[in-house]
Amino acid sequence: MISLDRIRNFSIVAHIDHGKSTLADRLIQSTGTVAERDMQAQLLDSMDIERERGITIKANTVRIDYVARDGQAYVLNLIDTPGHVDFAYEVSRSMRAVEGSLLVVDASQGVEAQTLANVYQALDAGHEIVPVLNKIDLPAADPERVKQNIEDVIGLDASDAIPISAKTGLGIPDVLEAIVHRLPPPKGDPNAPLKAMLVDSWYDAYLGVVVMIRIIDGVVRKGDRIKMMQTGAVYGIDKLAVLKPQMQDIPELGPGEIGVFTASIKQVRDTRVGDTITHEKKPCDQPLPGFKPSVPVVFCGLFPVDANDFEALRDAIEKLALNDASFTYEMETSAALGFGFRMGFLGLLHLEVVRDRLEREYDLDLITTAPSVVFKLHMKDGEVRDLHNPADMPDLTYVDHIEEPRIKATIMVPDDYLGDILKLCQDRRGIQLNLTYAGNRAMVEYDLPLAEVVFDFYDRLKSVTKGYASFDYQISEYREDNLVKMSILVNEEPVDALSMMVHRDRAEARGRAMVEKLKDLIPRHMFKIPIQAAIGGRVIARETLSAMRKDVTAKCYGGDATRKKKLLEKQKAGKKKMRQFGKVEIPQEAFIAALKMDG
Amino acid sequence: MEDWRHAGFGLYIHWPFCQSKCPYCDFNSHVAARIDQSRWLQAFQHEIDRIGALTEGRILNTVFFGGGTPSLMEAATVQGILDRIRATWTLANDVEITLEANPGSVEAGRFDAYAKAGVNRVSLGIQSLDPDDLRRLGRMHTVDEAARAIAIAQSTFDRVSIDLIFARQNQTLSAWRDELNCALDFGTSHLSLYQLTIEDGTVFGKMHAKNLLKGLPEEDLAADMFELTQEITRAAGLPAYEVSNHARPGDESRHNLIYWRMGDYAGIGPGAHGRLTLDSARFATEAERQPTPWLDQTLTHPGSAERVERLTPEERAAEYLMFALRLKEGASLSRFQALRGSPLSAAGLAEMIDLGFLHQDGDRIRTTETGVMMLNGILRALLADRLSAG
Repeated sequence: MISLDRIRNFSIVAHIDHGKSTLADRLIQSTGTVAERDMQAQLLDSMDIERERGITIKANTVRIDYVARDGQAYVLNLIDTPGHVDFAYEVSRSMRAVEGSLLVVDASQGVEAQTLANVYQALDAGHEIVPVLNKIDLPAADPERVKQNIEDVIGLDASDAIPISAKTGLGIPDVLEAIVHRLPPPKGDPNAPLKAMLVDSWYDAYLGVVVMIRIIDGVVRKGDRIKMMQTGAVYGIDKLAVLKPQMQDIPELGPGEIGVFTASIKQVRDTRVGDTITHEKKPCDQPLPGFKPSVPVVFCGLFPVDANDFEALRDAIEKLALNDASFTYEMETSAALGFGFRMGFLGLLHLEVVRDRLEREYDLDLITTAPSVVFKLHMKDGEVRDLHNPADMPDLTYVDHIEEPRIKATIMVPDDYLGDILKLCQDRRGIQLNLTYAGNRAMVEYDLPLAEVVFDFYDRLKSVTKGYASFDYQISEYREDNLVKMSILVNEEPVDALSMMVHRDRAEARGRAMVEKLKDLIPRHMFKIPIQAAIGGRVIARETLSAMRKDVTAKCYGGDATRKKKLLEKQKAGKKKMRQFGKVEIPQEAFIAALKMDG
Repeated sequence: MEDWRHAGFGLYIHWPFCQSKCPYCDFNSHVAARIDQSRWLQAFQHEIDRIGALTEGRILNTVFFGGGTPSLMEAATVQGILDRIRATWTLANDVEITLEANPGSVEAGRFDAYAKAGVNRVSLGIQSLDPDDLRRLGRMHTVDEAARAIAIAQSTFDRVSIDLIFARQNQTLSAWRDELNCALDFGTSHLSLYQLTIEDGTVFGKMHAKNLLKGLPEEDLAADMFELTQEITRAAGLPAYEVSNHARPGDESRHNLIYWRMGDYAGIGPGAHGRLTLDSARFATEAERQPTPWLDQTLTHPGSAERVERLTPEERAAEYLMFALRLKEGASLSRFQALRGSPLSAAGLAEMIDLGFLHQDGDRIRTTETGVMMLNGILRALLADRLSAG
């Protein structure tokens, strides 16, 4: 067991691209934790998607042995936290598992919205924070301005900020010293009953479920019988290890230490992030505060492009569910898209990550329906129903009113783009809460409907600000509004997969945009096709797709009969990739593209 | 009466060589450095003997030399083939013997000899009357050469047809009108007017896939050009009798009518297709596409370079409809039903009539002016119940 004063636990708080993962790699490398030849860029982000997108989804950890300038050996535990709002709860648990944070800010850019949210989480967890100015080697670096920016925006003393270049390695030794001398050691009582926090868990093909824990009090040893206080489940610890970042077996873990164990746990679903782990026989009396079960907020339908892939999709989802307990799924049948699943996610990024993994790791082609949020339907008989899918909207005569989730959004943006941001938020039914300046950067806070944000808000935000804005949000409350279900009719037939909940005042504009888009996406047929948006029985927007005029083979002689017949058969086979609605065939791409709307 | 006798019996001879390959062409054509024409003649004669034995006693209505570029054949080769044909079958009194020719000066020099060998109709691949477009289409002749070749052909043969391609890159409606009027001024009695089609496997096909083929007309402009074509040729007295073919009444291509009216035809040469009715069964034949293997196999074992497949009633009926509806005269419902053993889908027919694409007049169905441009869709609708079975 390591003495508490030789342990430092920390996380790194940074905006995407500000160099969090590069710094982590440098720390690991410069302490010799990983041999040079085993280094690959961004060691801790182990999923392809994480590496590609430069984001962290699962918490990762590494134990670093470091001999400080004072000659003492220290154990530094770095928890690399998810950097995205979708995983805010996971971040908050990771933050509770450590005592300090490095706040990494790009010396040429400044503090971003996401950084801010995570800094608040760190402050909330009582962290000591060490500001680090990265990319100091860039010509555009302006450390003094950025220090001022940190002080203005966060209110943190940045005078001792450490200038570094994670890329070149400049300043890395200073960071290691600061971790030892400026961050506090953990507290804890080795003689108290075991109390450990479940920080994260994941599925390993060889080991089963691996659980990451932070020991608060007591000592855990291999072979111990432990109990999860929220679920009540009891397990025997098969393997106890620390991550360097590969697993290295260890006989025991004491207060302040971070490690992993396996215990023949079948599914990640059986573990809850934030749960308290104690001994079965001699339990602690109180669980750790702050536990929350994860609740999906964004829903969408996922359907296989090829109906024959439904079973493969089910398998893939079940396998992914082994490792990610935070999404929900249930079977859904759509007249348009056949059999698929209605899935719930922590947020849009989570949705994209899960979908990408299904497509990539399981080689599936999927159709994603419009992301939707959970509306609360207050029925006239007093019942309150959750509406996950606009297609399930009951007849309005039974509904008294509808509530939708609202968010508090924080957007940081160079003031050149402020006008565009305000307009965008206004267009999305936003209510401005606050507007402050730090230097030439504005920070706006908006109260927005989540439904408007899941609908390509990020894309719009990025495009109107050329990527200079940063955005973060948290769910605030459910609130009543004038919401209606808009249906789309193609050749007089409703297409359920395209129906959506919209605000009454925005329905015309949304409906118009949708029918115009569909007019371009649906190929011409032999007859003209009306495309309509409707609320109940009332049409609010209409376009007409004109009939095809020319579809004839120019040359057809003796030798062409066989070929012509094959061509007609091929065209017929090609239609399998289309979805049939009455007499109209709608290509798969139309569903996907129709949901990506501008404005 | 056997079904094929509705339309007669023709012979197609495929000469698979060209001087160069045009970027739009997906016909079975090859560029070869040396061609031993005497060996080719011998192979064609073997095939004529073989097919003659299968079709003994028939009267031959038409012969068609296609390619490739048949006008690269020496006159002696054409003569040798036609002599053997005359020795094998009785020729109809009005036999039509067509040869496809490039309108270059070298080819025009052979016209006289071809006529002496028995050719009485030529089909000239003019393609365009615009010098830039001719180059873009990979054609080796100039506009002047084309005009001279047409004049020589007209003074040499009974009947002359010219081919043009429209809906070319950056072509406007008015440019096509001018070009078509110029072409009509040559005074030929037959015109084949094809919309440029981008075929997979051709140079244009590859360029198109890479988005390098700019300025191709959109569907609406192509449709306008097609409609204009109908209007102009009708006014000039050469109305369309088939989707892309226009003639002074009586000067239609009799050989091609055998295809469209579904008569019998034997195909000789690399990649040639045939349809022969023997003992009431109809067979589809398809020859080896590569010239050298076809030649070697045919010389050693005549007939060995050909695949033969017996057509089902379903296939015969489908082919009939595909071809017959291309003609202005349309298709016969009773002939279709006799071939298939069951009538055409009434629902599909009613739908196409309802959409204004087909017109029914007793036993005959014909495409309307809008319908002719939608023939592929019409065929899919009419044959939808059976296509997958075929």
